Amino acid sequence: METVHHDVLVIGGGGAGLRAAIAVAEADPRLTVGVASKVYPMRSHTVSAEGGAAAVIRPDDSLDEHAYDTISGGDWLCDQDAVEVFVQEAPEEMLRLEHWGCPWGRNPDGRIATRPFGGMKLERTWYAADKTGFHLLHTLYQTSLRFPSISFHDEWFVVDLLVDKGRCHGAVAIELASGKIVALIARSVVLCTGGGGRIYPFTTNANIKTGDGMAFAYRAGVPLKDMEFIQYHPTGLPFTGILITEATRGEGGWLVNKDGYRYLQDYDLGTPEPKPVKRSMELGPRDRLSQAFVGEEEKGRTVTTQWGEVVHLDIRHLGEKLIDERLPFVRELCRKYQKIDPVRELIPVRPVVHYMMGGVHTDIDGATPVAGLFAAGEVACVSINGANRLGSNSLTELLVFGARAGRRAVREAGDAPDRPPDAALTQALDMERQIHGNLLRPAEKGERVATIREEMQTSLEAHAGIYREEEGLTTARDKLQELRDRMAGVTLDDTSLTFNTELLHYLEVRNLLDVAEAVVHSALNREESRGSHQRRDFPERNDDRFLAHSLVRRSVEGEPEVELLPVTITRWEPAERVYGK
Amino acid sequence: MKSQARIPTGRISDPGYPQASNPEYTRHHPRWYRRHMPIFWWLRKFAYTKFILRELTSQPVMYATLFLLGKVWVLSRGPEAYEIFVQWLSHPAFLAFHALVLVGLLFHTVTWLNLTPKALVLRVAGRKVPGWAIVGAHYGAWLGLSGVILWILAGR
Amino acid sequence: MPDTVKLEVFRYRPEGEGEPLYETFEVPYRDEWMVLDALNQIKDHQDGTLSYRWACRMGVCGSCGMTVNGEPVLTCATYLEPFLPGPIRVEPLHGFPVIRDLVGDLEDFVGKLQRVKPWIIREEERSPSEGEYLQTPEEMDAYKRYSMCINCMLCYAACPIYELEPGFIGPAAIALAQRYNLDSRDEGARERHEVLAEHEGVWSCTFVGECSIVCPKDVDPAGAIQRYKVDATLDFFRSLVTPGRSP
Repeated sequence: METVHHDVLVIGGGGAGLRAAIAVAEADPRLTVGVASKVYPMRSHTVSAEGGAAAVIRPDDSLDEHAYDTISGGDWLCDQDAVEVFVQEAPEEMLRLEHWGCPWGRNPDGRIATRPFGGMKLERTWYAADKTGFHLLHTLYQTSLRFPSISFHDEWFVVDLLVDKGRCHGAVAIELASGKIVALIARSVVLCTGGGGRIYPFTTNANIKTGDGMAFAYRAGVPLKDMEFIQYHPTGLPFTGILITEATRGEGGWLVNKDGYRYLQDYDLGTPEPKPVKRSMELGPRDRLSQAFVGEEEKGRTVTTQWGEVVHLDIRHLGEKLIDERLPFVRELCRKYQKIDPVRELIPVRPVVHYMMGGVHTDIDGATPVAGLFAAGEVACVSINGANRLGSNSLTELLVFGARAGRRAVREAGDAPDRPPDAALTQALDMERQIHGNLLRPAEKGERVATIREEMQTSLEAHAGIYREEEGLTTARDKLQELRDRMAGVTLDDTSLTFNTELLHYLEVRNLLDVAEAVVHSALNREESRGSHQRRDFPERNDDRFLAHSLVRRSVEGEPEVELLPVTITRWEPAERVYGK
Repeated sequence: MKSQARIPTGRISDPGYPQASNPEYTRHHPRWYRRHMPIFWWLRKFAYTKFILRELTSQPVMYATLFLLGKVWVLSRGPEAYEIFVQWLSHPAFLAFHALVLVGLLFHTVTWLNLTPKALVLRVAGRKVPGWAIVGAHYGAWLGLSGVILWILAGR
Repeated sequence: MPDTVKLEVFRYRPEGEGEPLYETFEVPYRDEWMVLDALNQIKDHQDGTLSYRWACRMGVCGSCGMTVNGEPVLTCATYLEPFLPGPIRVEPLHGFPVIRDLVGDLEDFVGKLQRVKPWIIREEERSPSEGEYLQTPEEMDAYKRYSMCINCMLCYAACPIYELEPGFIGPAAIALAQRYNLDSRDEGARERHEVLAEHEGVWSCTFVGECSIVCPKDVDPAGAIQRYKVDATLDFFRSLVTPGRSP
């Protein structure tokens, strides 16, 4: 079996992965960095982020305000020490990106411009029109090409981590073009594989977001934290699930029901004003807005379309000029994918799965409980997002914690042994045997992997959506167990070694099932309602029992076990979340 | 910078590039398929055909330039020489040929002028001059010059 | 509206028969379906061996470029409807060696992108604590269009020159070089000149112009290349009349 050695291995080539790789290259150019990504880095899902990235830059803003908005937005489930680090390092990271060429929106005097965003008390969202993620990712990718110590394994799919006696020694990957299975050996490994929104059928997430890194960590015995918190974005296009950015509302868009009524005023989110008011109405947090949609649906005040129930997003009053200047992508997406022009027509929208607040349990440097293993970005849970992430905090998060994880990986690279233990290499050989020997061997026709995926997605949508209850969650739990058993009977049409995407899908669905299991078990255990986790059977927040993170890990017997870890409180005592006042 | 990749990188500079190696598939070595460009590739799309015609009609442009120089040279040899030359030109074969040249010249001129805004980005008073204005200015100059020449000819 | 539509899909299996062939699939027709949705239907329900790339399905990741009825397009942004009643022919992008089925090899582009140095080059880098480089909206406007490139490779597929002369740096990479050349924060134009001004740089381009037509993001690489030619020529003549100044 072939082995490739790096000092630091970064898994995933999105925003966090590239930022981590650059951080390593800058901290110590002598260290070699390998970036293994299942797609070319510029295809990573960071590219789809639209609205912006938050950091304090205005003189009338303060770090404490940003921290408070984040913590209250997260329903007090954020670790406040992590949030403090985050808001403090955010401006520097964003400026660094400016120096690397990111075309941030500007004021006429040439300084950085900001726009309002949901749940934020002041304009602190930096933007590059409404293609912020796209510009951020391409800036990072193009900048990363500068560093000779960074090498890319593009279209290499990592199958699993190599972990022995509490230390990570690298990973096993398939080179898609050749089908070769390679052991990537490294002193430090940084997971930056993003979230797993594809456990649901209706999501803004790209096809590639299959929670791979979360599943690797989970199988290696690393706990996953706060997995029950799934963010629904209130404004997705029906059918496609394409995201219509929160910036539409930041710029002044309205959400109206079938009667043209700005219904958010009925959900304790303030009173309607013609101009956008921060932390009020349409600029409330995403969890509350998505929950309000369900309320309207139950009252029969949504609009019925061929794609199901929707409400309308109205941006007509903003005018063509502002829309073309600040929201060109929204117009492009509506025209192309919904065949409407938002300058003149209402945009049909409904809540759509968008982001996972939870992820691999890390400290504020991205370090996991396994030595030599780090994580950053959506795959990780630091945690700054708590029970509900504020829009425009995630792009900033991947910069701040991508860089921190990269630097920590450098510091700890020296602790690794010069040679990986034989046990790690044995694991790699086992995986090669499993894939080449079992999965790619022609077999009698069994089930399709797509069937398993579809049934999992349907079950999660029905039972682990915006509102949950014990009965449904138990059904989903049992369904996942059944699907896991049925995976053994799945066969592949494709036995080729060359660019075998069916094999890829099989391995991805395996990862999705693990992530879904973690979500459902954590959701069952949290008998309260907080942020994006709403239990019909426990409608109140319960700080006595659950002002704590859920940690789910797989026991030696293979069963998921959930335990609680208290939240770190520094300066902001838990209080009621108040919007619109 | 793909220093670690051990399959040929697919780059032209790579000695393992598709055409250069592995006509046979061997395990873990992709065998690329590379389509050959047919001679008549420019018939595949109207846009390509138009492009080839634009390139070909640069020949009439060259001819017209040489012709003009030739005419000046003949003129310098006295009125009789010029008379003979003009008689030559009145021959139907020459007329037909020059009609073709004119079509080619017009085609080249029009397609060429239409492309000018691509190469020319002008700013006037801080604002970008739109493409149609640049094209329009070129046509305007063309028509204007032609008008001046016609005026001179008519006034003779 | 028909119930189904036929797709003729380019199949190439390097391990098998060798020569590519077209395979016909019949998929359900739906008004809101893109070509990519039809391919996904085939992959999930008919033939799991069909290989192609896709990710964001919102026209911004640049993965799903293919040739549909002869035109290079993003399949996630191309409805089935205009091609009715079919059949619809789906092939990989022209100009790239095919790895398998609809998957082309893009390594050549990645190498070229790196050669044009698509990053900010400055003699002295400022530290973030010194604040941002000022850039007015007008200054941003000078390069903004070229920064919209999603690397989808449609422009390379539309460029007959790239197919005839694979050494050509190509539309997207040159547009991205120009994106940095025209950025008021950048001082690297001279370094990039070495690559852009060589034969395989801008001078390979004979201005077919199709790259700008097929570009889904209106980047206008053809314009970027022609402008560079004009600027490079002017620079050359300036260097002739001003001794001591190199182009």
